[in-house]
Amino acid sequence: MTISRKDIEKVAVLARIRVDEEQVSALEKDLGNILDLVDQLSAADTDSVEPMAHPLNAVQRLRADEVTETDQRASFQAIAPATENGLYLVPRVIE
Amino acid sequence: MHNKSVAELSRDLESGKVSSVELTREFLDRIKQEDGKYNSFITVTEEQALAEARAADEQRAAGNATIWTGVPFAHKDIFCTNGVRTTCGSKMLENFIPPYDATVTDNFRKAGAVSLGKTNMDEFAMGSSNESSHFGAVTNPWGLSKGEKRVPGGSSGGSAAAVAARLVPAATATDTGGSIRQPAALCGVTGLKPTYGRVSRYGMIAFASSLDQGGTMARTAEDNALMLNVMAGFDPKDSTSLDREVPDYTATLNEPLKGLRIGLPKEYFSDQLSPAMEEQIRSAVKEYEKLGATVKEVSLPNARLAIAAYYVIAPAEASANLSRFDGVRYGYRCEDPKDLMDLYTRTRAEGFGTEVKRRILVGTYALSAGYFDAYYLKAQKVRRLIQQDFINAFKDVDVLMSPTSPSPAFIQGEKTNDPVTMYLEDIFTIAVNLAGVPAMSVPAGFIDGLPVGLQIIGDYFSEARLLNAAHQFQQVTDWHQREPQ
Repeated sequence: MTISRKDIEKVAVLARIRVDEEQVSALEKDLGNILDLVDQLSAADTDSVEPMAHPLNAVQRLRADEVTETDQRASFQAIAPATENGLYLVPRVIE
Repeated sequence: MHNKSVAELSRDLESGKVSSVELTREFLDRIKQEDGKYNSFITVTEEQALAEARAADEQRAAGNATIWTGVPFAHKDIFCTNGVRTTCGSKMLENFIPPYDATVTDNFRKAGAVSLGKTNMDEFAMGSSNESSHFGAVTNPWGLSKGEKRVPGGSSGGSAAAVAARLVPAATATDTGGSIRQPAALCGVTGLKPTYGRVSRYGMIAFASSLDQGGTMARTAEDNALMLNVMAGFDPKDSTSLDREVPDYTATLNEPLKGLRIGLPKEYFSDQLSPAMEEQIRSAVKEYEKLGATVKEVSLPNARLAIAAYYVIAPAEASANLSRFDGVRYGYRCEDPKDLMDLYTRTRAEGFGTEVKRRILVGTYALSAGYFDAYYLKAQKVRRLIQQDFINAFKDVDVLMSPTSPSPAFIQGEKTNDPVTMYLEDIFTIAVNLAGVPAMSVPAGFIDGLPVGLQIIGDYFSEARLLNAAHQFQQVTDWHQREPQ
């Protein structure tokens, strides 16, 4: 399985990771090798097999619709890179 | 004191032979003197540890002690510790101070144990050699006397090296594809990965959520049991936690092994297994036969697909989990972002290391439009086939035994240039995570002076039986007591 330069560039955008031009060839090789390894799966006969998400087939628990959390905004925002008046700051999005 | 087990230290504290403050000082001094060689700690919390030790001594004086009150240990730096930096081995979290405790952290706090600090690990638990840590590689205490710098295994390499070097008697660890068992094997210590859902994942920084499981590392099986007694249990804060009764794992350690049915998976004893490793493992199995166990060959026909399935599922889940590191709410943020996209992409390019980025990209590819069915769904189906192999095997036998890793500790740098070669390090451990069953690694011999681990795999929720099997083995062998020079 080969992965193209274009694929890498597309995946990098989806993953929100900047990939510099000089890193692309190394990634092409590494990701190609990993996908080769993974390609063994295609030989397995899984026609009548259900996909497995939890080893003991547990399903999502539901809880009563009650407020259980206390307001911890101040302590959570104390570790943020930039905040103002209880808001997280990011570069301007709308001019 | 530093050679004593948790059980022994607890007895010494109880009899008044030593105080927790004295014990804590002794281990802190050892870390100061010795850890320059190993780099097994990312953060040492001297002040907090001494405060916890004083509080423990008071609790004991007041008659409120548990087994763990005042016993020093360490946490893998993946468990959130309120007020204490938790890095997960990454530049992304270099200055992250969690505002809350993981459930595992909280459990040890309530038991009165004294945390000496946070142990080194592969970045975001992705690695089998502890070379991907932003805080530098960890060096295995074994081999150092010959001037060799070997890997401790990974990703819980700091915990394994610290326990092997007698810097702590026990340490927490996590295992997504072998990250407790393989480093335990390579460092000559005993480690247990419990059944998926047995130990809460709340506050344990996520890598691949359907595989991640917290567990134990110490020199003896008995100490692993003491740790699991504190760690195991249902937690409403973890949506995949399982609500099952927690036995006293020490209560059955001394059960005789007569009649124990051992299965040897033939796929794990193939031609590719080195003769030296096979000899060590077969002689360990012989010890079990002397203890009254019976042995037969079994088959895990789909085990050969485990690494392939894992390297779809784990990166896919990692790519989703690690999307939370966006430079906005906590953790690293790049300098002078010019717009929001630049903030995200540069923060993540600069904050994550090579292996983490590689896995996020593979996972993103596997989950992207047009590939989801071919990769993620296919891997989840193969996962069920692998699980079925274990279910079938446990109809005939009580435990499975195999090597934990294909070879003993390798030299640092030997496998870093080729990710796929590094991935094969987990060839015997990964299927266990996919199936979600519990497994241990127990010291079982040496090859050229380097420790070898015996992997013991059990059926769901059979941790007590695994610990019993490991403990009985440790009554008739002394591999787990050997100390690196």
